[in-house]
Amino acid sequence: MSSDVHTHDPAHDHRHGHAHPPHAEAPERLSYYQVMEIAVRELLIAKSVFAAEDVRRAVEAMDARDPAQGARVVARAWTDPAFRARLLADGTAAVRELGYEMATFRLLVVENTAKLHNLIVCTLCSCYPRMLLGLPPDWYKSRAYRSRAVREPRAVLKEFGTVLGDDVELRVHDSTADMRYLVLPERPAGTEGWSEERLAALVGRDCMIGVTRCHV
Amino acid sequence: MRQHHDMGGLPAGPVARQEHDYALWEKRVDALMMLLSQRQLLRVDELRRNIEALAPDAYDTMSYYERWISAITQTLLQRGVLTSDELGRAMAEIEAREAGR
Amino acid sequence: MSAVEPRFAPGARVRVRRADAPGHIRTPWYIRGQTGEIERLCGAFPNPEELAYNRPGLPAQPLYRVRFRQRELWPDYAGPAADTIEVEIYQHWLEPAR
Repeated sequence: MSSDVHTHDPAHDHRHGHAHPPHAEAPERLSYYQVMEIAVRELLIAKSVFAAEDVRRAVEAMDARDPAQGARVVARAWTDPAFRARLLADGTAAVRELGYEMATFRLLVVENTAKLHNLIVCTLCSCYPRMLLGLPPDWYKSRAYRSRAVREPRAVLKEFGTVLGDDVELRVHDSTADMRYLVLPERPAGTEGWSEERLAALVGRDCMIGVTRCHV
Repeated sequence: MRQHHDMGGLPAGPVARQEHDYALWEKRVDALMMLLSQRQLLRVDELRRNIEALAPDAYDTMSYYERWISAITQTLLQRGVLTSDELGRAMAEIEAREAGR
Repeated sequence: MSAVEPRFAPGARVRVRRADAPGHIRTPWYIRGQTGEIERLCGAFPNPEELAYNRPGLPAQPLYRVRFRQRELWPDYAGPAADTIEVEIYQHWLEPAR
């Protein structure tokens, strides 16, 4: 059709801040790449590479993965020292105990302490423990984060409100290959005797990437 | 030569704490990658190579899943799973179909 | 799966080759030519430089996590001397260092 389907507004595929009325008159025009997605999917279904049902199921499985899974792992490690030891020794096997599969990747769990803070980045693309935390936030994939997290990580942490003392070693992990990383945050003070469920509710996604600490 | 995607350590502005809920079409792109990879019709490193092959300006202006669907399509063309002709025809049909809705 | 024998043990000093290879490379630019220490051997994995062209990438390459001192990487590094960075690097990008 016309050539304007190739023009692209980079912001346009981000979800709008407003709700569409239930009966919007004209649905938004699909972008060139949205059309490409439909074409590839329909052609592959027509060639029986997979079925429409497989796509639907894969999307559902993706929706089911979210940071609450990682939070459950962290809370278990905080309350069960034997599990914590297994998690640090072999993350892939330990999370399997809770029903989480890492697919072809291996999970490496790095533990924050009073003297060591871990931060995860993927400078080359956007490697992320998606089997455990779901899809990564946009900022994790941004040029600013990928460029600066290795060279000025303390400045990046400050932007997330995390200030580390000079007596704390900051260790950045550049996720370049076959490992996937999960930060085991420090258990906040004042949570003694809390149940695993109550602890898990404290653990947000960002502290498992290492840009924040976990707070009560 | 340093490649455009290999940006660790380069100067950049503040991290914009931007997030959005992924749209259905983006999740479908992700699903395509997983399904093709399970069927050994695409390897993650092929996907990455095709993303890295984008011109710097395309790399920076395309959204994440636009880069992915573009690279998935390139891989399927390279592997001979799909042809340009069938893609071109299918895309034209879809546009016509959507315009008529 | 056939694999190359690991050459390095944890604690060994290694230098990342300063190569400018074309293709799909998982060794970040900022780490090339730098010296660090083997933190651990992660196992052996098919070479992604080959996988990128739909070839098997065998024999598999040992993959290490290599630890670098931030102050050695960036002359203007603003944090304390103890700060480190760890990167996964395949063996064929590493050579012994003192």
